[in-house]
Amino acid sequence: MRRGALTASLAVLALAMVAPFVIVALNAVKSKRDYTANGPFSLPEGLSLEAVADFWTRVDFGEKLFNSALISGSVAVLAVLLSVLNAYAIGIGRVRGRMWVLVVFLAANTLPQEALVYPLYYLAKATGLYDTRLAVIIIFTVIQSAFGTYLLSAVLGQFPREILDAAHIDGAGRFRALWSVVVPISRPTLSVLMIFFFIWTWNEFFLPLIFLVSNDNQTVPVVLGLLQGEKMMDATMSSAAALLGIVPAVAFFLIFQRTLTRGVTVGAIK
Amino acid sequence: MSATRAGRGYWLYLAPSAVLILAVIVVPFGMNVAASFTRWSGVGAPRWIGLDNYARLLRDERFWQSFQHNVALIVAMAVVPTLLGLVLAAALFTLRGRRLPSVLRAAYYLPQVLPVAVAGVVWGWLLNPSYGALNELLGPLGLDRNWLGDPGYALPTVMAVMVWFQLGYPVVIFMAGLQRVDPALYEAAQLDGASWWRRFWHVTIPQIRPEIFVVLLTCTIAALKVFGPIYVLTRGGPGNATMVPSYFSYLNFFERLNVGYGSAIATVLALVILLVTVAFLRLQERE
Repeated sequence: MRRGALTASLAVLALAMVAPFVIVALNAVKSKRDYTANGPFSLPEGLSLEAVADFWTRVDFGEKLFNSALISGSVAVLAVLLSVLNAYAIGIGRVRGRMWVLVVFLAANTLPQEALVYPLYYLAKATGLYDTRLAVIIIFTVIQSAFGTYLLSAVLGQFPREILDAAHIDGAGRFRALWSVVVPISRPTLSVLMIFFFIWTWNEFFLPLIFLVSNDNQTVPVVLGLLQGEKMMDATMSSAAALLGIVPAVAFFLIFQRTLTRGVTVGAIK
Repeated sequence: MSATRAGRGYWLYLAPSAVLILAVIVVPFGMNVAASFTRWSGVGAPRWIGLDNYARLLRDERFWQSFQHNVALIVAMAVVPTLLGLVLAAALFTLRGRRLPSVLRAAYYLPQVLPVAVAGVVWGWLLNPSYGALNELLGPLGLDRNWLGDPGYALPTVMAVMVWFQLGYPVVIFMAGLQRVDPALYEAAQLDGASWWRRFWHVTIPQIRPEIFVVLLTCTIAALKVFGPIYVLTRGGPGNATMVPSYFSYLNFFERLNVGYGSAIATVLALVILLVTVAFLRLQERE
């Protein structure tokens, strides 16, 4: 009996958490007429993509998706690359003073972006990188790889020495050992990192908002954040916009969920 | 090959990051600290004014308000989700079956997958005073309010949105932590006649203390840095009702062109975050 009540209250809470998504989805596929007649809580009379299509063309959403994917994808790859190089020196090379190096990386990841933004903005303007996707890629590559280095150094610190010694005996140099031994064996961990970097960069708002001022360069969160509360936004348009923001995020979650759980369990090199 | 000689050549692998960290983190942070001692509009030469910006901060009511709002957001993003998350994770853990707990967990976690700006867009619509769904629901009951536009409601409303956004993270982390706990501990406690709450308090919480630390630290830092939801939902308003340091520094940098003052706010924010991190890590070490 108590268990029944517990299950029921957990389920009610779950419904409350999901309710905003449901309301957004319901109203994004309503026609304006349907919404005016029936309000936000009715089921749509038919599937109307009017509002979604309207919002999509107005902001050129395809371009925004491309920008987000380009930036997040480049950051994911480059940041993993940097993390591997750093972690190789720290975790396997055990360079002297590595504790301090790690502290620097950790601090780089913890510092609020607010304390970097104006100088970065100033420097970007001076170097002609302001309002380019490249600037955002460079900055997030550094920020994400700072975290990646911290994590990966601990993982590579446990890397089995025998495998490395065997590679060296076979005549592999340091770079070869990294490229053809360490990287392949650490693949599960690296792919988890890459997914995290991709999603984290996709979700970023503050720096992209400041650096990507021209329409052609903006990312999905930036364009949605800027349009929030604008005159052209009414109920169906707002829910269409929200839905377009939700769909890629949920899609990544569903696609990557399996890799993530698999990666986390296999991840640590045993 | 001796270890020290081996270590030397590995420095080369750190070189690319050394250059980049210098250019993107170290030098800009140094410039930010330097700018905080100047009056500067962003163009022309900054004028050195020593500690004036910091003295002004101490007298600026908006600055203190913005940190008070930060404390409220720490409650909403770290304290409440951690407490609720502990209860929920423990409750989900006692449910029978495998499917239901994982479905419920996914439901709690769903808001977490959104970019925080998108979460703001969702709620900006639901809470809109003229066409928002929430007021359509509450209007007939006479409970419709201008949730984000009324200074009395704006901060509590933003807090509620942040609880919704954040809750799934502690639930998932704590459930993962609970897998580690030896079931024999619960059985022993149950044999001793301990109630569910006593088992929760004396077995669950001590066992997943490391997870609680990590969640509290990361959520507190996230709350101190919060920008996206404020920008999207309220822009710090109405008045200063939801002003936070992050948005306050942004205003000074890019709208009021008080770069020196903005830098001082950002520097203080960085110090607070650093102090919180060090304090947490110390506390964790002592455990």
